Amino acid sequence: MALIHDFAVQGAQMILVVLLAPLVTGLVRKMKARLLRRKGPPVLQPYRDLVRLARKEVVLADNASWLFRASPYLIFAATWVAAALVPTFATGLLFSWTADLIAIVALLGSARFFLALAGMDVGTSFGGIGSSREVMIASLAEPAMIMIVFSLALLAGSTQLSAISQYMVSPNVGLRVTLGLALISLVMVGIAENARIPVDNPATHLELTMVHEAMVLEYSGRHLALIELAASLKLLLYLSLIGCIFLPWGMAPMRAGWSAYAIGGAAYVPKLALGCFALAMFETAIAKMRVFRVPTFLGAALMLGLLGALLLFVSRGL
Amino acid sequence: MQVAILLWCILALLATAVLAVLLSRRSGATATVYAACAIVSAIACATAFTGIGAVHSDTVHLPLGLPWMGANFRADALSSLFLLIVNLGAAGASLYAIGYGRHESAPQRVLPFFPAFLAGMNLVVLADDAFSFLLAWEFMSLTSWALVMTHHRAADNARAGYVYILMASFGTFALLLAFGLLAGPDGHYGFEAIRAHHPSALYAALVLLLVLVGAGSKAGLVPLHVWLPLAHPAAPSHVSALMSGVMTKVAIYAFIRIVFDLLGPPVWWWGIVVLALGGATALMGVLYALFQNDLKRVLAYSTIENIGFIFVGLGLALAFGADHFQTAAVLALTAALFHAFNHSIFKNLLFFGSGAVLTATGERDMEKLGGLIHRMPVTAFAVLIGCAAISALPPLNGFASEWLTFQAILLSPELPQWGLKLIVPAVGALLALSVALAAACFVRIFGIAFLGRPRSTAAEEAQETDRFSLGVMLALAAVCLLAGILPGFFIDAIAPVVQHLLGGHMPRQSSIAWLSMVPITKDRSSYNGLLVFLFIVASASLAALAIHLLASKAVRRAPAWDCGYPNASPLTQYTAGSFAQPIRRVFGTLLFRARLNIEIPPPGDVRPAKFSVHLEDIVWNVLYVPLEGAVGFVAGRLDVLQFLTIRRYLSLVFVTLVVLLLVIAIWR
Repeated sequence: MALIHDFAVQGAQMILVVLLAPLVTGLVRKMKARLLRRKGPPVLQPYRDLVRLARKEVVLADNASWLFRASPYLIFAATWVAAALVPTFATGLLFSWTADLIAIVALLGSARFFLALAGMDVGTSFGGIGSSREVMIASLAEPAMIMIVFSLALLAGSTQLSAISQYMVSPNVGLRVTLGLALISLVMVGIAENARIPVDNPATHLELTMVHEAMVLEYSGRHLALIELAASLKLLLYLSLIGCIFLPWGMAPMRAGWSAYAIGGAAYVPKLALGCFALAMFETAIAKMRVFRVPTFLGAALMLGLLGALLLFVSRGL
Repeated sequence: MQVAILLWCILALLATAVLAVLLSRRSGATATVYAACAIVSAIACATAFTGIGAVHSDTVHLPLGLPWMGANFRADALSSLFLLIVNLGAAGASLYAIGYGRHESAPQRVLPFFPAFLAGMNLVVLADDAFSFLLAWEFMSLTSWALVMTHHRAADNARAGYVYILMASFGTFALLLAFGLLAGPDGHYGFEAIRAHHPSALYAALVLLLVLVGAGSKAGLVPLHVWLPLAHPAAPSHVSALMSGVMTKVAIYAFIRIVFDLLGPPVWWWGIVVLALGGATALMGVLYALFQNDLKRVLAYSTIENIGFIFVGLGLALAFGADHFQTAAVLALTAALFHAFNHSIFKNLLFFGSGAVLTATGERDMEKLGGLIHRMPVTAFAVLIGCAAISALPPLNGFASEWLTFQAILLSPELPQWGLKLIVPAVGALLALSVALAAACFVRIFGIAFLGRPRSTAAEEAQETDRFSLGVMLALAAVCLLAGILPGFFIDAIAPVVQHLLGGHMPRQSSIAWLSMVPITKDRSSYNGLLVFLFIVASASLAALAIHLLASKAVRRAPAWDCGYPNASPLTQYTAGSFAQPIRRVFGTLLFRARLNIEIPPPGDVRPAKFSVHLEDIVWNVLYVPLEGAVGFVAGRLDVLQFLTIRRYLSLVFVTLVVLLLVIAIWR
């Protein structure tokens, strides 16, 4: 009986993330538009976009290979699994021990690996430019993320997200320099990983500075729908990650019962909304940077992460 | 019994080498020789596998070699593991070569040396005294050198062979001195005797440095790696695979055997030296790899990166071992050994893939390839698995060993020494950086060589390779997946080796629920490759099913969109050079003094504009060029000694003798 209950909660989380993901994208767009005093598209527009894309036929480039057709499914699956393993409304889910934070980072790396390959498959210059810049950004963002994981794992004594988030609600956390550094670094990495301003612009096309959009330029129809959904899932994943580490309040512990889950869910939605608002504010306040400024930006994130980890190696109190 | 079987296998390999000399110009010689090698290696592989778990180590004494010592051979858990790696790689390479070897232009230059090379590697791992070890080591070096020189008329191959033989002799020389120090003044050259008495602290430190030079130069530690990217690609592809995937592991074996087994208890600063070298090797190796255009050279440099990774694991094990952190030391050593096994599998796979590309197109230069996924779909699939595994993507095997290494790093704040406390996180950052860059590097080779549109007619007309090669590549890809989703079984198989070296082993993995991998405790960290794999398969199928049921199924083929500016010429695609350009700008200016030379003719001039990239090999320029100059200078000065009279020669001999006797007199 307990197993069925656990399965139900884990399944609910899987469905929840995939249902909420487009909403987050829509919410950020709406907020950004309102901040610019535009009316903006409805919040539910991303759902309509996905449905419309799914209904359209796929226009496949002449020399697209099987990898090009398989990649959207693999990218979506890897991102979905990663997103389902990050605690949202409850910690200690049935499969939370399947992959720790390092593995979640690596799962996102798998998705990116196939996305970058898909960008190069058709053999266009735009695809190449996108992939090449994506791997450059990833080659700095991923180590920065690993350094953040180190900091958190050394503090909590575990690389499991559930354990980290339980540690963060416990009274012995306190204000620590490392946590501040890790938060700043995590936000920077999240911005870069999700192709947001100032690293990349999700709303641009036909511009030499684009990264993510350049890779997926040849995709259409249902394939594009899957990739868009995966991108939304990734944004949701990073917001949940920041939420479950730095705003861990209200999350239901393991096998807590339905009322605790309801409270967890009720706490999760404002956390997401807060994250969306912060992102929208940040994006409207800042200008996109040149591609070759990005390494400096991410280098700073890497150094902050390393500094945070070093402080912990030197003293457990910092 | 086990050693006897293995020695018979080695004898059979040597007999095959002799047979190859006799047969080499006949038709069918290739298939016969490689089939014999494959069978013998498979037998040896099975024997080695049974030996890992054996409680008693097995010894054989042969009345060969030095008269008062003979030749001693022994197989314990450590040598059995490495014999397994060697013979698994050898069996794969031999099977692959049954198909690949048919395209060899000079089979008589490969066939005799190939079995001899296999025999040499086996002998190194089996040797139980310094004399047999060094003899086997040199035999392995020389036979591999002969294989590197197969196509000695091709440009650069002669230089590759020259640099290789120089570095190999230098490495053997360092090992010779190391064994001299270990054996002590009484000349106990048997490993049993060496193990029994420990050298003093100073001698132990000297031995460590000498082994780092000797085994490190064979493994490809920076800055002793210079020969590796020249020599490995020069050999035929199945030999490249063996040199990169297997011979480097023999060097790792030599390091572990001497430092962990023979040298006695470690000192904490040894860990710092090994960690620093390993971290630098990992990062430098992958950065070099990113800027190469030759497919096989990229793979050779990536070997250097992986060797760095393994040495970081060994360094951690030394540091933890010196401070008596049993659990952590065991974890780090297991990670290093598991990565050694994994690397031998996917590096062989990738070299076989590059060999298939080479046979199909005659090209190793990525700038002339492209679109091979259409012409060689099976090869492309196997190579894709290899690329994903070496880029440490879950759920494949590269990730499992990388994850274990990171877990070991996370245990290091416990270490008491400040030097270690500071270097371990820095090395962790270097490793994270090199893993991410490795993914970039393998996106680059797969994307440029296999995806896109063909950049030459050779690539356009490529044909899928033969069935033997495909079978071996697919089998290796399956091992990559299997070791990734069921790492627990592999870790348990390694456990006796770790038990033998450190006196403890990781908790038994295969009995943990759901076959998870739990290095310390479950609430600390766990990873389940099997479930991750099943989840990915399930969610991908679910997505495919949903799309299939609900979405449009229409597909239309059309010209590429490319933002409305499609260009018919494949030359407009991104090239290997342009793909690496952003990373070159970030890392290359500092580490390689990368310079971009752009020549734009003045207005009115119709010459085309040109641009070229200039990369400096810092290690070569800073270390080897001055060394070469110094050797040349000293040789020039000593030249006078060539033209002395007999009287002066005799007095020179006399003076040397007196000096040596004085040294001994003072020493004692």
